[in-house]
Amino acid sequence: MNTRILKTWLMATLVTCATVGAVSVAAAQSDVTGAGASFPAPLYTKWSAAYQKETGNRINYQSIGSSAGLKQIDAKTVDFGASDAPLTDEELAQKGLMQFPMAIGGIVPVVNLKDIKPGALKLDGRVLGDIYLGKITVWNDPAIVALNPGLPLPADPIAVVRRADGSGTSFGFTHYLSKVNTEWKDKVGVGTAVNWPVGLGGKGNEGVAAFVGRLNGAIGYVEFAYAKRNGLIYTQMKNREGVFVEPNEASFKAAASGADWKKSFYQILTDQPGKNAWPITSATFIMMHTKQDKPEQAKASLAFFDWAYRKGDAAAIDLDYIPMPQEVKDIVARAWATVTDAKGAALGK
Amino acid sequence: MRQNAWTDRAFALMVHGAALLTLAALLGIVLSLFMGAWPAIQEYGFSFFVRNAWDPPREDFGGLVMIYGTLMTSLIALVIAVPVSFGIALFLTELSPRWLKRPLGSMVELLAAVPSIVYGMWGLMVFGPVLAKYVQQPLQSLCAHVPILHTLTQGPPVGIGILSAGIILSIMIIPFIASVMRDVFEVTPPLLKESAYGLGSTTWEVIWKVVLPYTKTGVLGGVMLGLGRALGETMAVTFVIGNMSQLSSISLFEPANSITSALANEFAEAAPGLHQSALIYLGLILFLITFAVLTFSRLLLMRLKGREGKRV
Repeated sequence: MNTRILKTWLMATLVTCATVGAVSVAAAQSDVTGAGASFPAPLYTKWSAAYQKETGNRINYQSIGSSAGLKQIDAKTVDFGASDAPLTDEELAQKGLMQFPMAIGGIVPVVNLKDIKPGALKLDGRVLGDIYLGKITVWNDPAIVALNPGLPLPADPIAVVRRADGSGTSFGFTHYLSKVNTEWKDKVGVGTAVNWPVGLGGKGNEGVAAFVGRLNGAIGYVEFAYAKRNGLIYTQMKNREGVFVEPNEASFKAAASGADWKKSFYQILTDQPGKNAWPITSATFIMMHTKQDKPEQAKASLAFFDWAYRKGDAAAIDLDYIPMPQEVKDIVARAWATVTDAKGAALGK
Repeated sequence: MRQNAWTDRAFALMVHGAALLTLAALLGIVLSLFMGAWPAIQEYGFSFFVRNAWDPPREDFGGLVMIYGTLMTSLIALVIAVPVSFGIALFLTELSPRWLKRPLGSMVELLAAVPSIVYGMWGLMVFGPVLAKYVQQPLQSLCAHVPILHTLTQGPPVGIGILSAGIILSIMIIPFIASVMRDVFEVTPPLLKESAYGLGSTTWEVIWKVVLPYTKTGVLGGVMLGLGRALGETMAVTFVIGNMSQLSSISLFEPANSITSALANEFAEAAPGLHQSALIYLGLILFLITFAVLTFSRLLLMRLKGREGKRV
């Protein structure tokens, strides 16, 4: 008797599994799906929730990492991909993709030094690079003192902290150091993960923030939102024009406005011109196929991005992301015309 | 009757299928790991095991640090966890007053229920700073002029590195080893123990010469269970190991990396090509290590079984 019950139950389970599987596949097809970078994931999630409330259309975003997102859009398993590092124009042409920036983030160096207030310490790219190369090892090194006359810098060793996981934040940071420090460019280079000469690796922005918060004499780099929320001591940076700037919405926006978006969306916003530009700024990008097999899905995706550009700024600022400047949005909106269906008719507005 | 025969056959088929599925999954995993790792195997061959390099932008990879980190942290964990677990099991079965047995036993088992990420966070926020201040810094100044100990204790005393990862791992595997040990100690027939006591043995002699030989298979099984967990642990390790992919010294205070931690950290953002392939190669190596540990423990058990009953 018991075995028969067991048999029936096993059968029933199998049938249920099969049915549930079929149903969920059917449901997934009607939604727009995107995948990629984890840095903008909280923003895209918040936007999609508000968008669904307003229009009833659902946008699924899977935060799986930038390069995984690019793989997904290459394989056409998602409607849009998201990446913190843009593709070059040649790569885009080769893959049949187009890209546009969605939001800006600022990467800020943070330190743990007693008696020093947020924004008081001044650094430039050469010194920051030398610290991360392990060439400057104490806080009262002449190079740091020269930038900060009068600041009480201790004789403590510098504990270098960086990201352990591959991340867009590290990409932006190493990209900046490569631009301003030739030795960094030759020895280490640019990447989401690199061969760090010195330092402890923390997992995620939280991990780096935790290390810096706890280790006396530590220096690290995090997304601006984390520095702000954890009350970390951020530094000023010397930008391309030789001006020391503080990290804030205005200086990030200034960096984004300085780039020549009209020419190409391949813009990595490090070391940008502009008196008020924060030098370690990065944009996060969306990638879509220019020729769409599923025009309905593409149309829905573009409608969502258009909505986010028009109505999403407040939500972005709320989460400490910086919205794109209006003139950049206008350029992007025109570029949406390159997304077409199989016959070549534009799908954007 | 006829209907029964039909369902019987269907059921048999399903059961066979379930068993075969496991085998197929195992083979499939090995095969896909091997295929994914192939570019890296072609590039480096066995030299991957001893190459001390990990440079994604320049595409230069080697697994030495991760393999060393995985083995070293697990070794530290075992060195700490085995004696402590033995003590716990001994106390619970032989020495503890009756009223304490239950609560203490369940408390130890509760340790096993703590999610590994909690251990990681606790290790980073609470344990690391304490270890740095009260253990590493004093040890470093104490060992500054002792030849070998000096090498083992150099590096930044910040509470993050091989040593802290090993200690956190030991805390994580103690409940596994201890509860297996306690269970097997408890099944030792009272008759054997009473006889030994009757002959005038001390408690220690009873444990060492009667209980332990009687239960060695189970004890070894418990240790292997703990080792398996230590080798594969990811989240807790990645928080406290420091994730440094170069080995500058064999100091236990240096940050290093483990196979699982490198995979968890880098896989999502790894570019297709050699980087990804090198990571999969690391996964394959971890698979081989665990397989070797399992085989080794089986062999050991077989040898022990073979000698059973003979005079040692």
